[in-house]
Amino acid sequence: MEWEAVIGLEVHVQLSTRSKLFSGTSTAFGAGPNTQANIYDLAMPGTLPVLNGEALRMAVRFGLAIDAEIGRHSIFDRKNYFYPDLPKGYQTSQLDYPVVGRGSIVINLEDGTEKRIGVTRAHMEEDAGKSLHEAFADETGIDLNRAGTPLLEIVSDPDLRSAKEAVAYLKKLHSIVRYLDISDGDMSQGSMRCDANVSIRRPGADLGTRTEIKNVNSFRFVEKAINFEIRRQQDVLEDGGKIVQETRLYDSVRDETRPMRGKEVANDYRYFPEPDLLPVEIGEDLIKQIRSELPELPDARKRRFAAEYGLSAYDAGVLTASREMADYFEQVAQGCGDAKLAANWVSVELQALLNRENLDIADSPVSAGNLADLILRIRDRTISGKIAKTVFEQLAEGPQGVDEIIEKQGLRQVTDEGEIEKLVDRVIAENAAQAQQFRDGKQQVLGYLVGQAMKLSRGKANPAQVNELLRDKLQS
Amino acid sequence: MQNLTVTELSAELSRGAISSVELTRACLDRIGRLNPELNAFITVCEESALAQAAAADRARAEGDERPLLGIPLAHKDIFCTRDTHTTCGSRILQDFLPPYDATVVEKLRQAGTVMLGKTNMDEFAMGSSNESSYFGAVGNPHDPGRVPGGSSGGSAAAVAAGLSPMATGTDTGGSIRQPASFCGITGFKPSYGRVSRWGMIAFASSLDQAGTLTRSAADAALMMQAMAGLDPRDSTSVDRPVEDYAGALGKPVNGLRVGVPRPHFAKGLSPGVERGIHAALAELERAGAILIDIDLPNNHLSVPAYYVVAPAEASANLSRYDGVRYGYRCESPADLEDLYTRTRSEGFGDEVKRRILVGTYALSAGYYDAYYRKAQRIRRLIRQDFIDAFRQVDVIAGPTSPHVAFPHGAKADPVEMYLEDIFTIAVNLAGLPGISVPAGFEEGLPFGLQIIGPDFGEALVLNVAHQFQQLTDWHKRLPETAAQAETGEN
Repeated sequence: MEWEAVIGLEVHVQLSTRSKLFSGTSTAFGAGPNTQANIYDLAMPGTLPVLNGEALRMAVRFGLAIDAEIGRHSIFDRKNYFYPDLPKGYQTSQLDYPVVGRGSIVINLEDGTEKRIGVTRAHMEEDAGKSLHEAFADETGIDLNRAGTPLLEIVSDPDLRSAKEAVAYLKKLHSIVRYLDISDGDMSQGSMRCDANVSIRRPGADLGTRTEIKNVNSFRFVEKAINFEIRRQQDVLEDGGKIVQETRLYDSVRDETRPMRGKEVANDYRYFPEPDLLPVEIGEDLIKQIRSELPELPDARKRRFAAEYGLSAYDAGVLTASREMADYFEQVAQGCGDAKLAANWVSVELQALLNRENLDIADSPVSAGNLADLILRIRDRTISGKIAKTVFEQLAEGPQGVDEIIEKQGLRQVTDEGEIEKLVDRVIAENAAQAQQFRDGKQQVLGYLVGQAMKLSRGKANPAQVNELLRDKLQS
Repeated sequence: MQNLTVTELSAELSRGAISSVELTRACLDRIGRLNPELNAFITVCEESALAQAAAADRARAEGDERPLLGIPLAHKDIFCTRDTHTTCGSRILQDFLPPYDATVVEKLRQAGTVMLGKTNMDEFAMGSSNESSYFGAVGNPHDPGRVPGGSSGGSAAAVAAGLSPMATGTDTGGSIRQPASFCGITGFKPSYGRVSRWGMIAFASSLDQAGTLTRSAADAALMMQAMAGLDPRDSTSVDRPVEDYAGALGKPVNGLRVGVPRPHFAKGLSPGVERGIHAALAELERAGAILIDIDLPNNHLSVPAYYVVAPAEASANLSRYDGVRYGYRCESPADLEDLYTRTRSEGFGDEVKRRILVGTYALSAGYYDAYYRKAQRIRRLIRQDFIDAFRQVDVIAGPTSPHVAFPHGAKADPVEMYLEDIFTIAVNLAGLPGISVPAGFEEGLPFGLQIIGPDFGEALVLNVAHQFQQLTDWHKRLPETAAQAETGEN
């Protein structure tokens, strides 16, 4: 009998504010240890928190983007536990009155279908610092630069049914926070961290006992960790065992999850309302203002791309997955006037180049303007599609523009009837045997002959014209 | 001259009868003579005080006439003072040098005051007798064998003994008003949010409030003028204009409606205090005030509610003292657990540990609703009682403490000590302003009358207290130690 997985994700998104959640210290990444920790971040006696208004607005932006209820009267709470990288001995977080209430996110599955995933809540909290065990013999270093960095913890309903769905949800979330410009969503830097709650059951049965996999830091590892955990739970249950509710860590080297040591799992956080902060009142005016500033979001943009540019749902999905990609595409499409060609170039050639060079689209070596120029030259038949690929490679390598490359290297397509006729005559003369085969009815030889003509022109001849003329001559 | 009020000293400085340096030197001398017995100061800042005094004298020579210019003061050792030891009465902060000034410290310095030093206090302000200080008990200037009250016991003793004309204090459950009562001086706690808590080491954040210890209500008004106001660094400080406190001191009590919650102080009061409070109320009545009996039906729940809320907040506030970044750290910890356990076991005293345990318990899973949530509900009821009462009266008056100062070591049972604050705690739970003014003596020891006002009724409360001091002279009766020291000087 089949098993069904039930998965919920808790995703911590680091909000890209310039300063920390409760102090004016910079949040820039990569500074020397403890150089970005002021007296509040160090939990000096007598210091007090002041809420960063920008972080609050970012959280509200997110809430509105997923059609969630906004907590009009949002309360911070203290979550108590001792750890050296938690300077106050409590984390300021939110428990009963989070800033973002119930909402939902639509995910796109590989088979092209969509699924709506419930979001239980999202709340603001401060990050902890870092404990550095490697740098010191027998001692632990504490770096508090990250302590107090604003996080938005987004909790999904247990609506996900496979590791693939979990990844699709995570990718959608990534896309949304980047569209909203509230986080860089960079999992490798810890700007987006994921805890997965996993249980399995027989379809239709009650929920099984869940385990929580902590701190998985890439899309790929999320998929692998969940798949491992599903298999592990199946093995346990099929052997007649019981799942223990526990927190587990994913080890990417051994590709397995292991229980955390008992000491790492705190039980009673003794939450209570943070008396140093007043309840946050979020008024209708603020909500209205933030709503009016929301950008077009991935789903809306995808629908528009399909309708406005006549793209397939698949192409529209690929091109809107990231805001930068979508912006790039729109610039190319508008610059060259042919959305389908633009879609093709952006999602195939450009994507291949970026993958090969391991670059983000923001750092693309070929600008949207240059790519639009290139497509224009294909459309006006100055160059062939094949030559365009050569020009594209050269655009990636240097500062030269499209026309400069075409002219300097003499890549202009030969469309002159006379020139092409000479070329065709020469090919027929030099390949008499193959020409005869075609005349005898072996149609596929034509391709070979066209190829020879193209080779002779060093790719510059217009292939359609060559094809047509060859056929004419051989059949006459 | 150290027995003059701030108001009087300000006039003397202004007319050039004395200089700030002379005044400061006289205070330092007196501290040198009396502090060994009283133990009111933990830290004395002789050098910087004289430098500040000299600067004040120069400013005055250039025409600066601010009322607090050149007036010496003492800060309770709970306020962070940049590069000056700030212990909070605890071993765990014995060697702590704050890298910054509290807002209160900053504002009073900007007003031209001269900081004499830091005063003794119950450890982390937890106590009503100043006996929980790691730096030893404080003597009451009226009888050094007795406690000065707490937790601002050092500040109260310093002002009563003439070591300093004024001092700051903090009041979480009565920690300014009760020691003021025991030492025969004026202690004022403003409304919650009126004075910034930035730089004031937290005990119970939703109750802590800075205030003043002085020899008169008029002096409290001068200090409050400098201390009050919105501080963007404290999210709980209020954004409303600061009244002219000194300017509001002239209104007679004729027609003033004074609420008297008689049922609450009928029992438990010592006979002398009871007689004295009734006499004080009669004094106000003779001056035209109207006494109105009022009921505060939930007032009897204030002590239990307070001893849930305050320790709960304290249990979190004191978690930062972990031996990792500053403060006391135990010798050669074996591991992290050992570092935490021994640092905190060795660094905190018994009363602090007791309250951390109580607070932790009250917040624990399964107990939160029964304790913390219920205590917060009671707190709202208590506040509502006051709001209802202030619909029919202008101020509320009664005793500050059930009795006069007791001998050191007399209250060994913690719960008995907690009941010390039975008349003061409700005011903190409701966030209201309250003042204790000297109202008489019982067997040679002073006691105070407490006057409570509505939200942000600072000017009103200070004026009523001032008017009472126009009618009486209890606040002018100095303890013998101070009087003797004065005689010895002459």
